[in-house]
Amino acid sequence: MSTVNGPTLQPDPQAEQDELGREAKGRGVANSGAISRWNSLSRPAQWGVLLPIVILAYAAPALNLPIISTETAGGGGTNWDINLFQMSYYALIAIGLNVVVGYAGLLDLGYVAFFAVGSYVAAMFTSPDSPFFKIPFLWTLPLAMAVTMFFGVLLGVPTLRLRGDYLAIVTLGFGEIIRLLATIIPAVRGQVGFQNVGRPPGTITGSNGLQQPLFSASNGAPWYWLTITIIIVVLLLVGNMERSRVGRAWVAIREDEDAAEIMGVPVFKFKVWAFAIGAAVGGLTGALAGGQVGFVNNQSFTVQQSILFLAAVVLGGAGNKVGAIIGGALVAYIPNRFIAIAEFKYLIFGAALVVLMIFRSGGILAARQKLLAYSRRAYAFLREPAGSASDRQRSGARR
Amino acid sequence: MLDLVLQAVPMDDSWINFDVQSFIQGFWSNTFGGLTYGAVYGLIALGYTLVYGVLNLINFAHSEVFISGVYAVVFTLTGLGFNGDTPNLPLPALIGDLLLALLAGMAASAIVAFIVERAAYRTLRKRNPPRLVYLITAIGVSFTIQGLFFLWRGAQPEPSVILIPTVQVFDVFGGIVYNYEIVILVAAIVTMVVVDQFIRRSRIGRGIRAVAQDPDTATLMGVNRERIIVITFIIGGLVAGVGAIFWIMLVPQGAQYNGGFVLGVKAFAAAVLGGIGNVRGALLGGLLIGLIGNYGQTLLGAAEWSDVVAFVVLVVVLVVRPTGLLGQSMGRSRA
Repeated sequence: MSTVNGPTLQPDPQAEQDELGREAKGRGVANSGAISRWNSLSRPAQWGVLLPIVILAYAAPALNLPIISTETAGGGGTNWDINLFQMSYYALIAIGLNVVVGYAGLLDLGYVAFFAVGSYVAAMFTSPDSPFFKIPFLWTLPLAMAVTMFFGVLLGVPTLRLRGDYLAIVTLGFGEIIRLLATIIPAVRGQVGFQNVGRPPGTITGSNGLQQPLFSASNGAPWYWLTITIIIVVLLLVGNMERSRVGRAWVAIREDEDAAEIMGVPVFKFKVWAFAIGAAVGGLTGALAGGQVGFVNNQSFTVQQSILFLAAVVLGGAGNKVGAIIGGALVAYIPNRFIAIAEFKYLIFGAALVVLMIFRSGGILAARQKLLAYSRRAYAFLREPAGSASDRQRSGARR
Repeated sequence: MLDLVLQAVPMDDSWINFDVQSFIQGFWSNTFGGLTYGAVYGLIALGYTLVYGVLNLINFAHSEVFISGVYAVVFTLTGLGFNGDTPNLPLPALIGDLLLALLAGMAASAIVAFIVERAAYRTLRKRNPPRLVYLITAIGVSFTIQGLFFLWRGAQPEPSVILIPTVQVFDVFGGIVYNYEIVILVAAIVTMVVVDQFIRRSRIGRGIRAVAQDPDTATLMGVNRERIIVITFIIGGLVAGVGAIFWIMLVPQGAQYNGGFVLGVKAFAAAVLGGIGNVRGALLGGLLIGLIGNYGQTLLGAAEWSDVVAFVVLVVVLVVRPTGLLGQSMGRSRA
């Protein structure tokens, strides 16, 4: 009596074809064609393509062109460099939130809390207004990550065992609580806040011939360069994590938590990891933003901010780090560029969330989920039987 | 090293004080106040509980359904000549006006709930997406409606509206009971009993329970699932509208574009505390959250603690007893 060989599933060619057709339609063939071509490139070739993009990103402060500029004719609007910094830090925070929402599928509606904690860590250890001992600003970045990670674990351990929807409301409440605590606790100075938050070292000679700090509130470009450097480092780390056992575990949890558990994935552990890593990136961004503005108080950490961050991730495509960067940059750029609608950005991005969810729940760049685990080998395998160009196109649709 | 650590801890201990003295002094008035606020939380919580019971969805937009009712109440009353002064009307006229405002609030909330269900959730349901998509849509709808109110009315709250003259009715151990506290508490209990009986006894209520228990089997048994879902949303909206007029009675300046948001989180905490999906639990949870919040803010010394305490209760309940005090019973309750 053989119970080992259970019933075998005969592949159904017709159903498979239907499935393929549906997937190709759902994602847009052109999109997946480009992606498959990208993945067929070797690692050095990919770097070769990326390098100009990276250089272009670093050169962006010089690209203050009339149509895309956020500065208006009368000297109003947002300074282009500062706008770039805002775009970069939204992109960074979207990468962090993408780990939580996109990879692990945990809906965090209070992400601004981690951002706030990071800002406060940077402020309290550098601002002369704080009674704490002082450390150099750059040291607050890892410290902010460590502290927010601790907060992430603190919130995650009791709540991540719960069902996903409860997590959403708990994080929503947590975001609000951090803001309220920042109001109540005198040590964090409520609305008065901390002025003269520290900055990285370095001076330049200003136009008036005087030495002034390189990183200042009015000079966005150094902050921008610092942030995109950090983004590249974080992307490398997150990208490696995504392709490792951890990333596969996250995707498994996102797709089906129970199945993942049965397959031996320590679900709770990896959820806490996702939460902690996401929190750390949020804290890092908070410290950077606090440093650039030079002033931290309780007013900017609203629930609406959390939803903007979420919109950044969902807009770009949850689970896709490139999408997260684009989404984050867009969410920061659009209100800066179109000042007339800036006041209603919450309405616009709230509505964008609903429309996206209904019509294209994958976002602008939908995540390739299924073959993520062994992507390179899987792509190679899929390409192999393709002899003609049309076949290659089809396998592209298949990812 | 130890020196550094000591330096790092701010020696400022004024922010948290266990003010037992004023807690004991104000115990009874806090109790009545807490029950009154709790009754309103309970009314809002009912909407969360019903929708969660039927769809297993946290309807984040419910706080905006509620605030629509609040706006409708304020506009109706302002139209009827109410303002920041205590109204000076004969009793029948006063009651007539308030009933009109109540109906306006209920209608507005129910209509918004209906539109939300039709426009967002129903379209989504046809596509059968993952749970995350539902939740993101819900929060998106919530912010869209908030944004629309902001666009329409701006950031400032509406001018305050006083509904009834405040009268001290009697006192219990030194705690004074006001007339509006009695009105709100009684009305909330009556509303709850009506909804509870409706769900237990009526044909539609049986449908709601059937869908909550097992949507597919309910459909096979001839229950029109889509219709039941819409009705559930509308009932939630109607009850939120009842809550709206009492909210204005408690907080005359309560109509603000984002005024429903924190209330929504608290009401959801109430629904979870009582047992989500449980109609009686919603009221019980609401009353408890109101009491705990009021005690907490007197004991700890700042109004913001009320929200913090409610949230901590939510987390503790979820960890210790996720099914809530009365259990998640909508599907299981028998007529």
